[in-house]
Amino acid sequence: MRELSIPISDESIRSLHIGEPVTLSGVMMTGRDAVHKWMSETFIKKTRPPQGDDLQVYEEIKKILNQGVLYHCGPVVSGVATREYKFVAAGPTTSTREEPYQADVMKHFNIKGVIGKGGMGAKTLQGCVDTPGVYFHAVGGAAAYLAQTVQKVLGVYKLEEFGVPEAMWVIEVKDFPVVVTMDAHGQSKHSALDEESKKVLDELLAQPYK
Amino acid sequence: MQKDITNEILELIRRTSSSLPKDVEDRLRASIEKEEPGSAARGALETILKNIELSRANSTPICQDTGTPIFYVHHPEGWSTRKLKEQIRTAMAEATKRSYMRPNAVDAIYDKNSGNNLGGDEFPSIHFEEVDADQPLVIELMLKGGGCENVGRQYSLPDNSLGAGRDLAGVRKVVLDAVQKAQGQGCAPGILGVSIGGDRGSSYIKSKEVLFEKMGTRNADPEIAKLEERLTNEANQLGIGPMGFGGKTTVLDTKITGMHRLPASYFVTVSYMCWAYRRRKMTVKGNEVEYD
Repeated sequence: MRELSIPISDESIRSLHIGEPVTLSGVMMTGRDAVHKWMSETFIKKTRPPQGDDLQVYEEIKKILNQGVLYHCGPVVSGVATREYKFVAAGPTTSTREEPYQADVMKHFNIKGVIGKGGMGAKTLQGCVDTPGVYFHAVGGAAAYLAQTVQKVLGVYKLEEFGVPEAMWVIEVKDFPVVVTMDAHGQSKHSALDEESKKVLDELLAQPYK
Repeated sequence: MQKDITNEILELIRRTSSSLPKDVEDRLRASIEKEEPGSAARGALETILKNIELSRANSTPICQDTGTPIFYVHHPEGWSTRKLKEQIRTAMAEATKRSYMRPNAVDAIYDKNSGNNLGGDEFPSIHFEEVDADQPLVIELMLKGGGCENVGRQYSLPDNSLGAGRDLAGVRKVVLDAVQKAQGQGCAPGILGVSIGGDRGSSYIKSKEVLFEKMGTRNADPEIAKLEERLTNEANQLGIGPMGFGGKTTVLDTKITGMHRLPASYFVTVSYMCWAYRRRKMTVKGNEVEYD
């Protein structure tokens, strides 16, 4: 299996194609609904002025995300009270909710990979071409196993404001298994399979029952 | 005096959330051999199996979405269902505190998570059925995740767009359509619970009840049993595969049940269960408790 380390170069990204299993190692950051909305409103569309530690956090996450990876995940974390954080369960969450924001977020921060489940739509696929970047599909439900690939929790941003599942967790992972399902060449495994399976379905439906 | 079984129910919840039933694990294990070595599909199944072992060993949730808790309580005549309900709810709050369960009950109008998996009278969902006084108390629990619940579907036959009439041929068509539309989004490979008949509400409930049966349990009617096998085979020809990565393993099993319907209605309901098919049973006889 192909092994990639984060940060990822444009050259490596362009060499990836849909259907390819990959393992990821290095530093990545989690982010889901609240994070995407915050990034978009405060720094991309600028419909909301920065507040509190927004600008400071922005400067720090820019470094992590540049050529980096963003993971759609709302983890179960132990040791929150003592700040001895440990990931207990950390599977991917459904990605389509971030479809309105994802392409802009990828381009703004120069994100090379977005990890989630269920795939994303046409706008994000175009974002993968433009950035360039890819969508990595993780195994839904494999929360215990994926949490074990997290070697270390390096830090967390907006923990109080967004809560544990929605905060930005900076984690160091080793051999995190994913599959490329949307690539920088404009190919999507999701739309391809949808079409192929529809053809098979039509053939099956045309067959007589008996 | 009726015994307090709160701790025993807590253990049922722990087992259900962290330890996948053996019959499900066996099916997943068997399906690995059908997928090409080095393929994304095979990799997904391997990850799934490692995950099953890990969560069982560590008593952590198999999936961070610990689902809708659905209880079926078969209680001997004379047991207080009010007390049983109280004990189930106490055990559920404690299971959440111990991280066997994620806080998963969100008030839909005020968008507020209750924090302890208790919400109104409906969460967790508890069904009571009385049995003879000399029978044991049996509690079944299923945890059904949100991703797979979202891809469930109900059809009102005839469905002209699919050419599905009010007969088993029509049932076959809509079930295959539901699997194609779900793609990998219900965390395939899935298990299908299909209910034919009833009204919209009872049909959805029945399509979940049938999922309490073990893998490979066939309908007593040979024609329905044949359709169950056929649907599993045909669904696997769609090529969707584990997580929608492409492959031969899309559906692990199909269970069909029938109900009475109104002459005017013909509903077919498909409940899709993800691979994290969490269901367990406890039997209480005197002082002894057995977990299955």
